[in-house]
Amino acid sequence: MSGDTILNVAPIEIAQSRERRPVTAARETVFDIRNLSVSYGKTPAVKDVSFEIYRNMVTAIIGPSGCGKSTFIRTLNRMNDLVPSAKVEGDVLYHGQDLYASRVDPVQVRRKIGMVFQRPNPFPKSIFDNVAWGLRVLGMKDNLKDRVQHALEQAALWDDVRHRLKKSALGLSGGQQQRLCIARALAVEPEVLLMDEPASSLDPIATSRIEDLMHTLKRDYTIVIVTHNMQQAARVADLTAFFSLDVLPDGARTGLLVEYDATEKIFTQPSDKRTEDYVTGRFG
Amino acid sequence: MSVVPTEFPAGRRFGDRIGDRVLYGLTAAAGLGAVALIIGIAYKVFDGSSLAFSKFGFGFIVDEVWNPVKNQFGALDLIWGTAVTSFIAILFAAPLAIGIALYLTELAPRVLRDAIGALVEMLAAIPSVILGLWGILVLGPFMQHDLEPFLKSFLGWLPIFSGDTNANGGKGILTASIILTIMAVPIIASVARELFASVPADLKDGARALGATRWEVVRGVVLHATRPGLAAAVILGLGRALGEAIAVTQVIGSVTQIPNSLFGTGDTLASRIAAQYQGYGSNLQASSLFYLAAILLVFSLVVNFGAQLIVRRFEFQNTGGS
Amino acid sequence: MTDVDPRAQQLFLTDGRVRRRRIVNRVMEGLATVASATAVAVLVIVVVSVVRNGWPALNANFFTTSPSFSAFGESQGGILSSIVGSVILVAFATLFAVPVGVLGAIFVSELAPRRLANVVRLALDVINGLPTIVTGIFVFSALVLAQGQSALAGSLALAIIALPLIARSTQEVLRLVPSSYREAGLALGAPRWRTVVGIILPTSLGGILTGTTLAVARVAGETAPLLFTTSLAATTVTWDPTQPVQSMPLTIFQYAEQPDPSFHTKAWATGAVLLFFVLLVSLASKFFLARARRKLSG
Repeated sequence: MSGDTILNVAPIEIAQSRERRPVTAARETVFDIRNLSVSYGKTPAVKDVSFEIYRNMVTAIIGPSGCGKSTFIRTLNRMNDLVPSAKVEGDVLYHGQDLYASRVDPVQVRRKIGMVFQRPNPFPKSIFDNVAWGLRVLGMKDNLKDRVQHALEQAALWDDVRHRLKKSALGLSGGQQQRLCIARALAVEPEVLLMDEPASSLDPIATSRIEDLMHTLKRDYTIVIVTHNMQQAARVADLTAFFSLDVLPDGARTGLLVEYDATEKIFTQPSDKRTEDYVTGRFG
Repeated sequence: MSVVPTEFPAGRRFGDRIGDRVLYGLTAAAGLGAVALIIGIAYKVFDGSSLAFSKFGFGFIVDEVWNPVKNQFGALDLIWGTAVTSFIAILFAAPLAIGIALYLTELAPRVLRDAIGALVEMLAAIPSVILGLWGILVLGPFMQHDLEPFLKSFLGWLPIFSGDTNANGGKGILTASIILTIMAVPIIASVARELFASVPADLKDGARALGATRWEVVRGVVLHATRPGLAAAVILGLGRALGEAIAVTQVIGSVTQIPNSLFGTGDTLASRIAAQYQGYGSNLQASSLFYLAAILLVFSLVVNFGAQLIVRRFEFQNTGGS
Repeated sequence: MTDVDPRAQQLFLTDGRVRRRRIVNRVMEGLATVASATAVAVLVIVVVSVVRNGWPALNANFFTTSPSFSAFGESQGGILSSIVGSVILVAFATLFAVPVGVLGAIFVSELAPRRLANVVRLALDVINGLPTIVTGIFVFSALVLAQGQSALAGSLALAIIALPLIARSTQEVLRLVPSSYREAGLALGAPRWRTVVGIILPTSLGGILTGTTLAVARVAGETAPLLFTTSLAATTVTWDPTQPVQSMPLTIFQYAEQPDPSFHTKAWATGAVLLFFVLLVSLASKFFLARARRKLSG
């Protein structure tokens, strides 16, 4: 569980990529995912995924649509729990603790591992209440105003909204709404921030603001981002995992992890043909 | 079809014009007929009450005497009875119905959801006269022998639970309120269920991702986002309770007086009209019944428009009123 | 896994606040479940009461004879005249309400200018919210005062109640008809009425059926509007709609008020017949609705 192996997809690739791995200081593992498979009823969505996610880094998950990226990221904070047919096999270790162990409370999991979604989903409340809601629910009511302000500052939104905190959040632009959702997630002091295609519904300017934000936020948080936009992954991620579709013997299609490495390597010298095809645009 | 028009252009055109006219005329007649109908109903009801109105004026509303022998009529007791029974019914029905709707949308496993949903809808389908029959013969005796003595022994220090429990075979305000509750619950529940189902999953996910429990998500997002719609649903249920005549007549005891406890008998506007169908002693009494119907009509209009107004404002808020 | 990382420790943290939130959550889930169980229990209790208490009277005789009363005030015979009366009332009510409701809905959804459509829709909503006793009083003053009670007067009152139900279901299904159907019709050069009669009406037949069955289930059990319009009937079977007829709801209403328990058994039995019919028709309505939705949306 040390930071030595970052890739354990297939034995052959381990050796190769170990050599190519950039030399960095000792990494601290936040998530250790071991042989994770997720299926909906009889339909497999992700099969046999193993890799580690490190602290204070941005890890991007890329791949063609339908490869199970979103399903995968939602297993990291147990958001799939409410889908009755979803079945999770394998282990998701968070600081060594299996998130799916019976004594783990999924509500606490989501509290420590926050999430931002594809479409901005601010509550139909005031800007202030959007950020304060989680704090109130979780009982973090001391210095409420300061906490809200701090979260909005972290999300680079404070200057935009400081004079209209009481106004409805629905009046904000799409990019502002998404940053509000980031502020809302940061306010409750998570350790990890999961971002599921956070910029896919935003214009380029709003997108670049979110990307800038991720660079600053990784100093304090561990960030996992799912994106279908390869340039985005190249811009923001330290490490990139490439997921692809695989056809199982019985004809069902499922997502699997093809390659996981430093972002630079993935985009310049991928070790797998499928990754190369994808990043050079020959696929999907 | 492409050949015909060129061969008989004038004929077809003419026939089509007639056809379009006939269609428009028929449908317009039906549509405007509905408008005329409601105007006609209002007119007839107010017209029928004119005799009583000329005699009693608006004083009718605040007069509590209903005495056919002395030809003295007033609606106060009935308005009071209507208000109290409907209020109690809504007090019970609103939380029950919202609980049911939440269970069905947020909690129930798929199989149970469909089954229980269908059963709750069936509850709405039970004719009121059957509920009334059940109210007289099953609920009434139960109220008389079990529930009312029980309430009295525990809450008898409250005036509303201090009345005589044996006087009227279980008939009374409380029994009527329970029957009305049973009628209002499925109406509110079905609207609430649709409202809850319409709350975007995105929003609920957003709250869940902050580490909120299921109830906190419901309270903070689901109930919050549907408040105006829920208010409208409750008002619709209230409308049903206000206007129910039959089942209430059957179980309320039909006595004009403002009782001093919920165990006592009373009467409502609708049930009084229903109770006197077998005859009336004078034109003034008949006209007074119309007056009651007119009050009821106004109530139902207010309730209807109130609900619509709330829903409109809600829509406005959600479509960029900010 | 003896020493858990302190950051992971929080995953099964149970301080007082977390415990309280968990309990509140459980209590609320419990209350919602209890509410649902209560509703189901009430339904079961009512249905079981009706069937069990009415069972002794439910025999062939009950369906094939009309009531007669002995000198001792005991009731004999069945409810044939009430069943026939209910059939007549519901049939005529449907006959009156369906064409008006469907045409009105077409007017609102397809043809009327928006303002006018809103007015008609509002009128239908108001009629829908009208207490049925008021509807009864209206028909009484509009018809019965001059012509006396009759099955027709009763069915007119029931038709007023059915009208908004049928109109609403039809409107709902018309909204589901893809606008491409209309455009296709008009693009072919077909006149409006042909598009409506040939394409839109057949497509929305399911919705009309749903509304009609819904309305039948609803008005078959209506009692209040019958009080002033067709309550003074002979106990024999009448097929003449200009005469007042007996009906199942009124029979229940009147028998329930009698002190003699033999009437109560008949009231329960009549209730069982009525309830069976109403629930059956409601189920049919649900079936038609599901089918209409399936057809139009996929």
